Amino acid sequence: MTRVWGTTVLLLMVMSVAGCGKKQAPIARPMPPPFPGAISTPSSRPPATPEPVAEPTIVPPEPVRDDAIASASLDDLNRNSPLKPVFFDYNSSDLSPDAQRALDENAATIKKYPSWAVTIEGHCDERGTAEYNLALGERRSVAARAYLVSLGIPADRVRTVSYGKEFPFDPGHDEAAFRKNRRAHFVITAK
Amino acid sequence: MKRISLIVVLAAAMASTRAQQPPQPPAQPPQPQEIETTITGEPGSPPRLAVPEFIAVSKDTESVAIAKTISQVLFDDLNFEREFALIPRDVYSTAATSFSDVPFDRWRELNADGLVVGTVQKTATGLKVELRLFNVRTRQSAYGREYSGSTANPRLYAHQISDELHQSQRGLKGVARTKLVFDSDRDGERMGGTIENRGVKELYIADYDGENQRRVTVSKTLNINPAWSPDGRSIAYTSYRRGGGQIFVSHIFQALLDELTKGEKVGENWLPAWSPDGTRLCFTSTRDGNSEIYVMNRDGSNVRRLTRHPGIDISPTWSPPGTQIAFVSDRGGDPHIYIMDADGSGSPTLLTREYSDRPTWSPAPYNEIAYSARTGPGNDIKVIDLASRQVRQLTFGEGTNESPTWSANGRHLAFMSTRAGKSQIFTIARDGKNVRQLTRTGSNQQPNWSK
Repeated sequence: MTRVWGTTVLLLMVMSVAGCGKKQAPIARPMPPPFPGAISTPSSRPPATPEPVAEPTIVPPEPVRDDAIASASLDDLNRNSPLKPVFFDYNSSDLSPDAQRALDENAATIKKYPSWAVTIEGHCDERGTAEYNLALGERRSVAARAYLVSLGIPADRVRTVSYGKEFPFDPGHDEAAFRKNRRAHFVITAK
Repeated sequence: MKRISLIVVLAAAMASTRAQQPPQPPAQPPQPQEIETTITGEPGSPPRLAVPEFIAVSKDTESVAIAKTISQVLFDDLNFEREFALIPRDVYSTAATSFSDVPFDRWRELNADGLVVGTVQKTATGLKVELRLFNVRTRQSAYGREYSGSTANPRLYAHQISDELHQSQRGLKGVARTKLVFDSDRDGERMGGTIENRGVKELYIADYDGENQRRVTVSKTLNINPAWSPDGRSIAYTSYRRGGGQIFVSHIFQALLDELTKGEKVGENWLPAWSPDGTRLCFTSTRDGNSEIYVMNRDGSNVRRLTRHPGIDISPTWSPPGTQIAFVSDRGGDPHIYIMDADGSGSPTLLTREYSDRPTWSPAPYNEIAYSARTGPGNDIKVIDLASRQVRQLTFGEGTNESPTWSANGRHLAFMSTRAGKSQIFTIARDGKNVRQLTRTGSNQQPNWSK
């Protein structure tokens, strides 16, 4: 429902921007259901297309048969998440080339499933102090989010939260563990 | 528990006590017991004090146990402040049966300057505890008190006795009735809304000596950064019950909860710190897109931003008069401590040049800031004197040591350390001596010591 309503709002906005003069067939539709291999480009709708139809047809999404990701429960999705964590250097929130590659893939996945809402958790290793790490974790999650937004992900689909060093993924106390714990972790919160 | 009277008409009580006992020496002549005197030791040394087991006037098992508890806890409380040289309890036992037959000669053999004698008696309504501090040389009572209350928490009698003895004899504000609050995962509850195996962290309080540990939050999420209000009736903290970190105040004696950063859609809010008068809190927020220091009224109104810098600003603490705020910023690279005026005017001045976090300003008369400093792979607790800028180190590389908090009299600190394995709460004297571990269950962090 959210998606359909969003489409409706978009159409009305397009109408008001472009004016209602031209008489053309409606071309905007609800998003096609995604399937493997499809390259979905929800943001590439022609912006100038006028839309004279006052009540666009509401087409319920078709049941998806072939997409394991789309049919999985949220918990299952997050358990085998298609969104990859992004790792950081010590005391840094800079996005390395590896981090940017992971974010590029995540952005493509998020674009493919436009109904998803995503939370990016910022995490730190245990060497920094608990208090400072709250801010450092926030830096990391915000850096990852800003990169996604720069790739065209709507900002309101991505929330951030910092857990500092409260929830390490690897409880170890060596560099191998620290490396895993300095991360931006992606959680799908709605689909 | 309420103190009914400052001493002291003990005669009646003592008469009834004697009636149950074998023949006694004649009662001492009445003494001017309202006059309190001070026990002194050898010049330059603290007075040597003996605290034998209190006398159970009522002889039932519970009274005997309470007498034992009160005297042991009192010994520990007095020992904690190191204002008296306490004679170890294993070299003596209770030799008196009442206030009137104290064998002063034998206490003199132990070189005691002062002797604490106490009695415990069950009454119809609860418990009566009487206490005297005798000057062993003059055989005079230097100090006396009578307490009555319930039998529920005998330790509290000892804590109150200790605080009042310290006040009367040493002019010292004791901390035996103060409490610590900290976060802990000890109950093993899992955080909801995630497929990760994450334990919730709830807030717990404990007496200053680690006894009576009790849970005070039940929100089954991450609850961190607790801070006692100056009146000791409320705890401000960060809770993730709304998703991200937000600041709440729990009024623990009224079962009321205030959400101070309610309605903040953008950013997170952490690390509340009460102003010394309890009317405002400063805190860290990312509401404007970057971690900055803000101040608000205790009801969450009148939020004002104090720092404006693209670096991380976090971990604020007030100076005792409330005119300045120290905080941590990484504007110079690593996190360092800065001091600014409490209204945010002027530019902050740099205080430390090493990796430092969680400054906490000492109470008067000391003018110091304790903090956690990077010293190697981990952190250690250090204290910087603000007048001389001299730094002294209190911990030395045993595990990592973080989040120091001063006791109300500035003579002790509590902090988190991993020296015993998981993170646990410890206390330490301001000179680095007398380290005590207070928690042992689960992992426990971010202590805050009540005023």
